[in-house]
Amino acid sequence: MAREVLALESRRLEMFEVRIHGRGGQGVVTAAEMLSVAAFLQGRYSQAFPTFGSERMGAPVTAFCRISDKPIRSREPVAEPSALIIQDSTLLHHVPVFAGLPAHGYVLINTAKSLSELGLEDLLTKVPPERCRTVPATQLALERVGRPLPNAALLGAFAAITREVAIEFVDRAIKERFPGRTGESNAAAALAAYEILLQKESTHAQAS
Amino acid sequence: MPAQFVKFYQTGTFTAGNRLLTIEDRSVQSNPTRSNALTSGHRACRGCGEALGARYALDAAMKAAGGKLIVSNATGCLEVFSTPFPETSWRIAWMHSLFGNSAAIATGIAAAYKAKGRPDIRVVAQGGDGGTTDIGLGCLSGMFERNDDVLYICYDNEAYMNTGVQRSSATPPAARTATTPAIGEHPGHEFGHGKSVPLIAMAHRIPYVATASVAELRDLEFKVEKAIAIHGARYIHIHVPCPLGWGSEPADTIRVARLAVETGLFPLFEAEFGTVTERMRIRRATPVAEYLKLQRRFAHLFAANADPGSIAAIQKIADRNIQDFGLSA
Amino acid sequence: MLKQVETSRAVAETVALCRPEVVCAYPITPQTHIVEGLAEIVKAGKLKNCEFINVESEFAALSVAVGASAAGARAYTATASQGLLFMAEVVYNASGLGLPIVMTIGNRAIGAPINIWNDHSDSMSMRDSGWIQLHAETAQEAADLHILAFRIAEQTSSPVMVCVDGFVLTHSYEPVDIPTQTDVDAFLPPFEPQQMLDPSEPITIGAMVGPEAFMEVRYLQHDKLIRALEVIADLSGSFEEQFGRECGSLVRQYHASGAETVIVTLGSVSGTVKDVIDELRDKGASIGLLNICCYRPFPFSAVQRVLSSARRVLVLEKSLAPAIGGPVSSDVRLALAGARTPISTVVAGLGGRPITKASLRDLLAREEVEELTFLDLDRQAIEAHLKRQNHRPCTSFVSAAVREEMNPCPHSL
Repeated sequence: MAREVLALESRRLEMFEVRIHGRGGQGVVTAAEMLSVAAFLQGRYSQAFPTFGSERMGAPVTAFCRISDKPIRSREPVAEPSALIIQDSTLLHHVPVFAGLPAHGYVLINTAKSLSELGLEDLLTKVPPERCRTVPATQLALERVGRPLPNAALLGAFAAITREVAIEFVDRAIKERFPGRTGESNAAAALAAYEILLQKESTHAQAS
Repeated sequence: MPAQFVKFYQTGTFTAGNRLLTIEDRSVQSNPTRSNALTSGHRACRGCGEALGARYALDAAMKAAGGKLIVSNATGCLEVFSTPFPETSWRIAWMHSLFGNSAAIATGIAAAYKAKGRPDIRVVAQGGDGGTTDIGLGCLSGMFERNDDVLYICYDNEAYMNTGVQRSSATPPAARTATTPAIGEHPGHEFGHGKSVPLIAMAHRIPYVATASVAELRDLEFKVEKAIAIHGARYIHIHVPCPLGWGSEPADTIRVARLAVETGLFPLFEAEFGTVTERMRIRRATPVAEYLKLQRRFAHLFAANADPGSIAAIQKIADRNIQDFGLSA
Repeated sequence: MLKQVETSRAVAETVALCRPEVVCAYPITPQTHIVEGLAEIVKAGKLKNCEFINVESEFAALSVAVGASAAGARAYTATASQGLLFMAEVVYNASGLGLPIVMTIGNRAIGAPINIWNDHSDSMSMRDSGWIQLHAETAQEAADLHILAFRIAEQTSSPVMVCVDGFVLTHSYEPVDIPTQTDVDAFLPPFEPQQMLDPSEPITIGAMVGPEAFMEVRYLQHDKLIRALEVIADLSGSFEEQFGRECGSLVRQYHASGAETVIVTLGSVSGTVKDVIDELRDKGASIGLLNICCYRPFPFSAVQRVLSSARRVLVLEKSLAPAIGGPVSSDVRLALAGARTPISTVVAGLGGRPITKASLRDLLAREEVEELTFLDLDRQAIEAHLKRQNHRPCTSFVSAAVREEMNPCPHSL
């Protein structure tokens, strides 16, 4: 029941805006681009763009993706994200990643820790707990891809909690971007994350 | 040298083709049907070494290319005296763009004809020493490095003559120019400045590098024809006296150029893929003073109060060239 | 084919469809992805009869294009910012020689202080170079304009710059419909140069012209560019017939007719502006947009027509002429000479400062906008700096000192 309500709510947003935080080398920009491709494959309009720093490994990087059923014209950076994806939890206390997060925004953090272990209990006072999720994306990537690149897994998790894109299109977008084995293994990581969050979601739904 | 030297007995020089020879052995310039690439009526000064060098070089190039030649020209004397609108002295496909980009223009022309499947069209880029050794060196090095199918010819008259004789990186030490006046404790240009673009060209390991002089016009023609027959980046550096800038008699252009060779100050050599393969040997090196004293740009070296060390230092440069390039006969 | 693609990639694929014969490139952010794409297309053998030349500087890049174009080849290059300045001498040379080169500008600020982000200072610095300058509004147009640009260039014997907002457009992933080779071939016939370097018909190109004829040569260039306006408008129409979508044209308007306030823009910012216009019009505001695609030659009559009924005009400028204001506003003022419409220069988005809907809403809510204003300027930082300067003479690097004072804007960088 709760899931349907959430899905309805997000569909009511004319424009779904995603902001992805991570570090140079983690595929932050690629994640935004793949997400936009997934939405495109699903027949929706989308636009992805990075915040364009100089190319340095490890430096904080932000990328954006807008998804809509109408053509997208605006090109301002996403200031009030409908969803936040945090690829690297070490950024949490260095970069104001939660800036502009509205009350019904989604938060997806790549971590094997709990929110309280990350010192983020306060966050739950701002957004509903079912929208504030963690997923061990790096771990899933290491298991399936063999490299600590969490972006694909996070897109799977994103599909599970927001329903803005279907997992099959995430799967296709990943495989289009990385043909062959790399695409297969990344898509597997995405699917694993998707299933983990879907399970958790049904637990939430049962609890409520 | 592989070119056959033909003494022109009437004048005692090697400059003109001997009409007693078979047609193949005659110089390009002696052929009345030559392309006449740079025709008469241009506005070069009397005794201009550059006009002479360019005419010989491009006629030889036209012959070697079977007439299928395009030339890119840097800004400078050669460009200005040959093309005052609406006149032109060029009887070949010729283009001037800017001062520093002659090599890159030629790269573009060569690329265009390569894309059109016309490798038979040959391309020459040319410029003076300013457009080559200074402002155009970047484009020149890029052309060498990519081994573009271009022959670059530098006409070296050792200063910015077109703008009124200012110093370039090819200006020899002690020479008086408008920006290195013959005043003060060390009159004229500094010692220890300058660069050898032929050696820089060789460092790119390009297929062919040569130096030439208007004193040895058969040799110049030979080198240009040889260069045109090779594909890839090629470079010929030609020493061309400038009576105006050097303060030499217009009638002495060939004599001055020959002395530069015979003193060892301007060594003539060929190099393939970075290695010197041929050099013009000097039987008895002439003392540099013989060369210097014909030119008013060096007059201060012969003044009563002159530092005798200066001529000695220039002699050392000549001696070192003779040693480095193995010029002793 | 419609696909979700990075604009730079779409530009590269579209340029390849135009069958350039010589492409030369020197990398500079944010132009790099375009030339990387072309390098790959050429190297993979997908573009036949094309030479891709990696040069050692922008000066050489455009010089190679000039040589190639003079030899009758369709030539293309791309640059941005410092790169455009570094090739400035060749920019004027190409237009003076009337060579139909097409060059993409990934619009970027120029330094010092060094800045890799978007504004229009670079192409503005070359606005009087005699090139045609077209500004892309969308990703689709960034790609399409190149087809149109080659056609315009070759028909008018003028080089064309296609200005694409750096990062904002070049690095944006969006749906772009890449046309078919058949459609492009139908619209863009092979290049037939009016004169070229050909040994079988030798000509001299680039002669020295003295005082007796130089004025006339320049006048003819002026005349040619004025006449290009009609060609650009006509060919934009032909483009629409061929491809079934709009591209180019001199100016575009959005609810401008009869609007009290008209905002004038160049390039991609008009998307954000249109969103704000829709919002405000829903609330009853009378606001419209004039987007100038063809900045050079400047379409004075078209601009005048659109703006003639406006009660006020706000020119959103992504470049600053220090101590003057903005170059676009100067041209707009000239277009409206004689009318008493108040025209404001709104300098915005310099060095990649985001132009947000919130700031635009604030701007449009103002009853009066000064003749020259700066959107989102941190006045506190400026005042603090100026105050400090009064106390002791400034020896520090001004811009660095200003930056120290700025409140870091969390997600702008």
